[in-house]
Amino acid sequence: MATQRKTNEARSRLIFGDLWEYDPAPETADPKLKERYDLFIGGKFTRPRSGKYFASINPANERKLADIALAGSADVDLAYAAASRAFVRWGSMPGRERGKYLFRIARLLQDRAREFAVAETLDGGKPIKESRDFDVPMAAAHFFYHAGWADKLEYVAPGRRVVPLGVVGQVIPWNFPLLMLAWKLAPALAMGNCVVLKPAETTSITALKLAEILQDAELPAGVVNFVTGAGEIGAAVMGHPGAAKVAFTGSTEVGKAIMRQLAGTNRKMTMELGGKAANIVFDDAPIDQAVEGIVNGIFFNQGHVCCAGSRLLVQESVADQVISKLKNRIRVLRVGDPLDKNTDLGAINSREQLSTIRRLVASGVREGAVMYQAPCELPERGFYFPPTLFTRVTQSHRIAREEIFGPVLSILTFRTVDEAIEKANNTAFGLSAGVWTDKGSRILRMSTELKAGVVWANTFNRFDPSSPFGGYKESGFGREGGRQGLLDYVGLT
Amino acid sequence: MLPRNSHAAHARLLDEVGAVDQVGVEERVAKFTTRSVKKEAKVWGLKTAVSMTDLTTLEGKDTPGKIESLCRKALRPLDDPSVPTVAAVCVYPSMVRFAKAGVGASGVKVASVATAFPSGQTHLRTRLAEVRGAVADGADEIDMVINRGAFLAGEFSRVEDEISAVLEACGACALKVILEVSELETLDNIRKASFLAMGVLRPGDFIKTSTGKTTLNATLSNNQVMIEAIRDFYLDTGIPIGMKPAGGIKTAKQSLHFLIAVKETLGDAWLTKKRYRFGASSLLNDLLRQLEKERTGAYQAPYTFSDASESY
Repeated sequence: MATQRKTNEARSRLIFGDLWEYDPAPETADPKLKERYDLFIGGKFTRPRSGKYFASINPANERKLADIALAGSADVDLAYAAASRAFVRWGSMPGRERGKYLFRIARLLQDRAREFAVAETLDGGKPIKESRDFDVPMAAAHFFYHAGWADKLEYVAPGRRVVPLGVVGQVIPWNFPLLMLAWKLAPALAMGNCVVLKPAETTSITALKLAEILQDAELPAGVVNFVTGAGEIGAAVMGHPGAAKVAFTGSTEVGKAIMRQLAGTNRKMTMELGGKAANIVFDDAPIDQAVEGIVNGIFFNQGHVCCAGSRLLVQESVADQVISKLKNRIRVLRVGDPLDKNTDLGAINSREQLSTIRRLVASGVREGAVMYQAPCELPERGFYFPPTLFTRVTQSHRIAREEIFGPVLSILTFRTVDEAIEKANNTAFGLSAGVWTDKGSRILRMSTELKAGVVWANTFNRFDPSSPFGGYKESGFGREGGRQGLLDYVGLT
Repeated sequence: MLPRNSHAAHARLLDEVGAVDQVGVEERVAKFTTRSVKKEAKVWGLKTAVSMTDLTTLEGKDTPGKIESLCRKALRPLDDPSVPTVAAVCVYPSMVRFAKAGVGASGVKVASVATAFPSGQTHLRTRLAEVRGAVADGADEIDMVINRGAFLAGEFSRVEDEISAVLEACGACALKVILEVSELETLDNIRKASFLAMGVLRPGDFIKTSTGKTTLNATLSNNQVMIEAIRDFYLDTGIPIGMKPAGGIKTAKQSLHFLIAVKETLGDAWLTKKRYRFGASSLLNDLLRQLEKERTGAYQAPYTFSDASESY
C-alpha cells in the first residue's frame, strides 16, 4: 500500500491554474484622505512647531499618500499640557457620561467603516478583506465594549473603588494601526484617563482620521491627543514626566529600551511585545482544519502579527501529511493588490520590514532549513513577499528563535506531548500558542503548561474585546481587553 | 439496538480517514463567500454552472408531458446560443424512457434515481431490479442512495457490497452515490461515508450529498468535507471521483460559492460537468436571470424567469 501510494502521489497533482481567473475586484470607496495631516492637540489640528512634515507612502505601490506632521518634544509637551488640563473635567465626569462619548465614537466609526477600511489598506498594505471584515469592525467593537464598562466602574474591582490614573502615554505599532489605537484608547477613556498617543511612523493616517471622528463626537478638547513621528517622538511620549502610565505595543527591543528609560520612576507600564508562537498539531487533530488554522495563524496580515503562529510544531507521524496539505493550500493564496477584494496577502508594510524578512529568510536557507515558496507572481512595484514555508527547522535555527514578522512559517516536529511542551516553551517569548487535537483533556493540560498569554484550541487568531490579551516573559506584561485590561488603567483605593 | 461491534467499526474507520472539525469547516467555507466574482469571471461561472446542472424533477405528479417540457428547457435553457445545455435531466425510473426521447441525441444525459429513492428501505434485489430497469429504458446515469441504516450500524462491508452490486447492475452508466448527509448527521460521518463509497467507485463516478427529500441538503460545509475527501482520495490513489451537491442550491450566487470552493480545493480539473454537478431545479432560472442581467445590464421583469420548477 505504501509503495503504491508513493507512485500515485507522484502521478496525481492538483491543477490550480487560470481556467477560471477572478477579474480584478478593487474596493472603490473613497478613503477621503487629506493632502496633509497636522498634529491633533487640544481638540484641534495644529501645525508642528518644527514646521516639518514627512511622507506616508502606500506600500503596495510606493506612492505618496499624504504628508504627516513631524512632532518635536515641544509638541509633546503641548500635548501633555492639553491632556492634563482636560483631565480635570474628564476624570471627574460620571462614568455614564463618558460612556456616551465612547458609544458615539463607535457608531461614527461604523458609519464610516468602508472609508476607514480603504484608508487602512492604503496606508498599511493589508488586504481590504481584512481591514473591512476584521480591523474596522473590531475597532468599533472595542469602543462599544468599553463604553459599556464606563458606567459600571464599581464592578471592575468588587469591594474596591477605582480611580483614573491621569494622563496616559501610548505608542502603537504599524501592524493594526486603527485596531491597536482602539485597544489603547477605549479602556483608557472609559476609566477616565486622558491620552497622548503616537501612532507608528508608517501608519499614522487612520489615527488622524479618527481624530476627525473624535471632533464629530464632540469629545472634550485635550482628552485625546495624537503626535506623529518616528522613534524619538515615541521615546518622548513614553519618557514624559506628565505621564501617569505608559502603554506600549511594539518590538521587544524597543520595549526593553522604554523599561530602562522608566526604571526607578513610579510610573505604571504595560508592554505588549513580540512573539514566536508555537502552533502545535497532534496526530489526532482534524488535519484539514488544522491546516486552515496554520494558514490563518501565519499568513493573516502578511504575518505582521505579534501573536502569529510562526513556529509550527507537528507530531512526526502526521508531519508529511500536514506539510503536503499545507503546500497545496498556500498554492491558492492570492498575493497582490491589497485593495482587491480577492487578495489574501497584501503588501509588506515597509521597505525596512521587507529587508528584515529577506535577511531572516536568507539565514534560514544558509543554516540548512528547506524552503518552499508558493508559486505566485508578485507586483513589480511595492513591497511583497510570497508565502513561505521552512521545513527541517530545528530549535537552534535563527528562524525558529527570532520574530520574523512576515509570511514565513518555520516547521519543526516532535514525538511526544512532553516534547511539544518543552519545545513550545523553549523561547524568550510567550504571547500566544495554538493546540490542535481531538482530545479535550489534552487541550486543558496544554493550556496550563504552555507559557503563553493566549492559548487557542482548534482555532487561531481569534479575538474578542471581552477576552484579555497579553504576554509572558519577553512578550511583555499587562493585559488588554476584558476586565483585566481595565485594571491596567485605574488606581485602586 | 446497534450491533456491539458498531462502535469499534466506526472508530477504526474514523482513525483511517481522519476527523473533521465543524467549526473549522465553517470558518473555511465562509471565506469562499467573500470572494468577489465579477464581469467575465461571473459570466464564465454562471455558464459553467448551467452546464453542470442536473435539471431535476422528482415528484409523484410527474407526467410524460412534464418530462417533455423539462427536456426542452434542458436542451435550450435560454434563447442564446452561447448558453450551454444542462448536463442531464434527472427523473424517476418510470420517466426515463420519456426523458430519453426528449433529449434525443443532444448529448444531454438522462439520469435516473433508483434503489428505492429516497429511503432505500427495500430489499436489495428490488433495488437492483429497479436499477436494471432504468438502465434498460436508456438511462445514462444512475443516482443511488446508500444504506444509511447499515452505515450507522457500522456494517460497512454491507454498505460497500451494496454499492458494488449497484455498480455492476449499472453497466456502463455513471453512478452517483447519494450519502444523504442529513441522515448521517455529523461531518465525521460524511467523510467516512465518502471514503467508503469512493473505495468502490470507478473514475468518473460521483458521490452526491443528498436526495433533496430531507430537511438539510447540500451546504457549503458538507460540500467542503466531501470535496476534501475526493481530493485526499485522488492524491492517494490517482482515481478522480466527481461530486454532486443536490438540494438547497437555489440561487446563482450560491452556485458560484460552490464553484469557488471547487476551484480552490480540487482545482481546475474539477471545473467541468464530467466531475462536478448541481442537482437542482429552480437554480437554473436564477442562473439564466443573472446571465441576462450580465448581457443586458438590467434585471428582467420578475415573470420572465419563474422561480417555480413547474414553469419549465
